[in-house]
Amino acid sequence: MSLRLAYYPGCTLKTNARNYEASAIASSKALGIELVELPRWNCCGTVHALAKDDVMHYIAPVRNLIRVEQLKNSGLVDDGRLVTLCEMCYNTLKRADVTVKEDQERRRKLREVMEEEPPYSGGGVEVIHLLQLIREVGWERVKKRLVRPLRGLRVAPYYGCLLLRPRGIGIDDANNPTIFERLIESLGAEVVEIPFKAKCCGSYQTVHMGHVASELSYRILRQAVEGGADVITLACPLCEYNLGERQGEIRGLFPDLKYIPVLYFTQLMALAFGLEDSVGLEMNNPDPRPLLRRKGFP
Amino acid sequence: MNGDEMVTVYIMGKRHRVPANLTIMKAMEYAGYQLRRGAGCRGGFCGACSTIYRMRGSFRLQVALACQKMVEDGMIITQLPFIPSEKKRYNLEKLRPDPGVFLEYFPEIARCLSCNTCTKACPQDLMVMDYVQAALRGDIKTAAELSFDCLSCGLCAVRCPAEIVPYHIGQLARRLYSRYIVGPSHQVQNRVMEIEKGIYDEEIRRLKSLDINMLREIYSRRG
Amino acid sequence: MMNSKNVLDSVPEEIEMALGVSRQSYRYGAESIVFKARVEELSGQNINLCYQCGACSSGCPLSKEMDLLPSKVIRLVQLGREDPLYSRTIWICSTCFECEVRCPRGIDIASVMEALRQIMLRRKYSEVRLESIDPEKLRGLPQIALISNLRKLMA
Ligand code: SF4
Ligand code: SF4
Ligand code: FES
Repeated sequence: MSLRLAYYPGCTLKTNARNYEASAIASSKALGIELVELPRWNCCGTVHALAKDDVMHYIAPVRNLIRVEQLKNSGLVDDGRLVTLCEMCYNTLKRADVTVKEDQERRRKLREVMEEEPPYSGGGVEVIHLLQLIREVGWERVKKRLVRPLRGLRVAPYYGCLLLRPRGIGIDDANNPTIFERLIESLGAEVVEIPFKAKCCGSYQTVHMGHVASELSYRILRQAVEGGADVITLACPLCEYNLGERQGEIRGLFPDLKYIPVLYFTQLMALAFGLEDSVGLEMNNPDPRPLLRRKGFP
Repeated sequence: MNGDEMVTVYIMGKRHRVPANLTIMKAMEYAGYQLRRGAGCRGGFCGACSTIYRMRGSFRLQVALACQKMVEDGMIITQLPFIPSEKKRYNLEKLRPDPGVFLEYFPEIARCLSCNTCTKACPQDLMVMDYVQAALRGDIKTAAELSFDCLSCGLCAVRCPAEIVPYHIGQLARRLYSRYIVGPSHQVQNRVMEIEKGIYDEEIRRLKSLDINMLREIYSRRG
Repeated sequence: MMNSKNVLDSVPEEIEMALGVSRQSYRYGAESIVFKARVEELSGQNINLCYQCGACSSGCPLSKEMDLLPSKVIRLVQLGREDPLYSRTIWICSTCFECEVRCPRGIDIASVMEALRQIMLRRKYSEVRLESIDPEKLRGLPQIALISNLRKLMA
């Protein structure tokens, strides 16, 4: 009997990061977790509104939390947890829940502007990231599920920002996170530590200040290459865009940089679990397939 | 309703007594307004007659199609005969029906707050927020289906705090959907072929030669 | 409120020089107190807690691009000076919370940056114009990039 949990995809998982979604669903299933897509979800807003008087930007995440409660009441999922993949969605939904719970005044205002929805009081939904869920299920279960251990693959984990910060929201120790490392080891691969594994890649500045994002991303990529990593793994579609999709552009500015493929951690899982149909490597840029073939992975 | 019953409405701030069995549009004409803009089909299809109003004693801003909504006592009314918005130019044949198309032509949809104000403003009771959101995640089919009954009346666009023009988004979705996803309709193609072959030329010539009274009679006898 | 003026006037010129900004911006007395209070209210942070250790600035991945270091922004707000509103810094900050986890005084500097941005955004200042972004770039962006960018940087 698998565990059925509400799952929030977020916009980008349906477009640029379809490979993230497909590999996450398949590898979760292999671990006995069925991800049930939230009905009628909407964009969460991607960034937590930090201004203390902001109500407007809470509507979007809270509407999703209400959908989770509705799904839970319908009995289609086993508890009130909401699984996220995108780091920005995780952070935004999680923080919205905390704020609504703590801030009575904003809770009241939200009820007024969202009169068409049932009220949400905060705390009814537990927003989690898939990595947390895997940690809870246990690394042993991951190891047991291995069909093709990633032996000989050197993987540099890149956490980005919003999985670890701010305090109280991060899923691991902000200064010394290990969750990615544990997963990589459990998949049979080798961890390559880089000093900038949790330094910002430039985030949304990539839209209008490409050069700034390029420079930040370059430092991260170079550390991974110099550390001898074959691939970088991460959990955020915006980091993937900055480090992967834009790598060609970054090399234009920094010609000394060697190409290094960037994979979602779920793609590594799907690969190791033998779920070829769901890995979606053809969407990754730079193309990781030649390297993986060289390393003996199909 | 008794045909003699009168109600009080306020059209652009001026008080009028009008029969209660009129639509807003007819009530405006009854009060002496001549509608040059803000009226088209008079049947709830064209979206030209967007109207906003409040009821006395209520803070709520309400919306209606003037040709469909009956007047009520205490309505404070104005029409919005035109909603400014830029018509994006694109060549449907050259568009690629991938998710990025919405961000390319309407990047402002990234500002959507999921506030649902548009849905509350839609006189067609469409799930406007849901179709904007579907477009944002590149789901052309859902955006097309949810916006199918849109009249482009523009009321959602004036209410949107993110300054999005939802009906343009829905329209692009429907165009992409019909051009690239469901493909051309055979009925339409056949009809176009028939027209090109000249099958209806004779009929049209006959109609054009008739006088207005004959045309009226044929129109009222039509099946 | 009125003794504020004395407090501000007592800032030694050397500090001012070190900060690299002009005296002009804090001539207002009461106004500067209002400004500081507004930033504290919007950010929910107690600005006075800062003792200028500079941990935030040393951790900030974007400090190289900034005209005012994060710790300097905090110092100026302490003094009630509005300079940060007109700096590049508040728009370059990418809200990565690196400063937040480093601050030994528990100040969420990212929220202070947000408060300063919000003051400008609510005055209808937009840092980003959609019209100036290449449509081809827009087409390829992950939605989360554009959504977050516009939420942070556009009125
Ligand atoms: S979606 Fe907007 S334009 Fe279309 S009918 Fe509804 S309110 Fe009018
Ligand atoms: S009114 Fe505008 S911001 Fe609100 S849900 Fe509709 S499209 Fe989005
Ligand atoms: S006049 Fe056409 S919809 Fe009202």
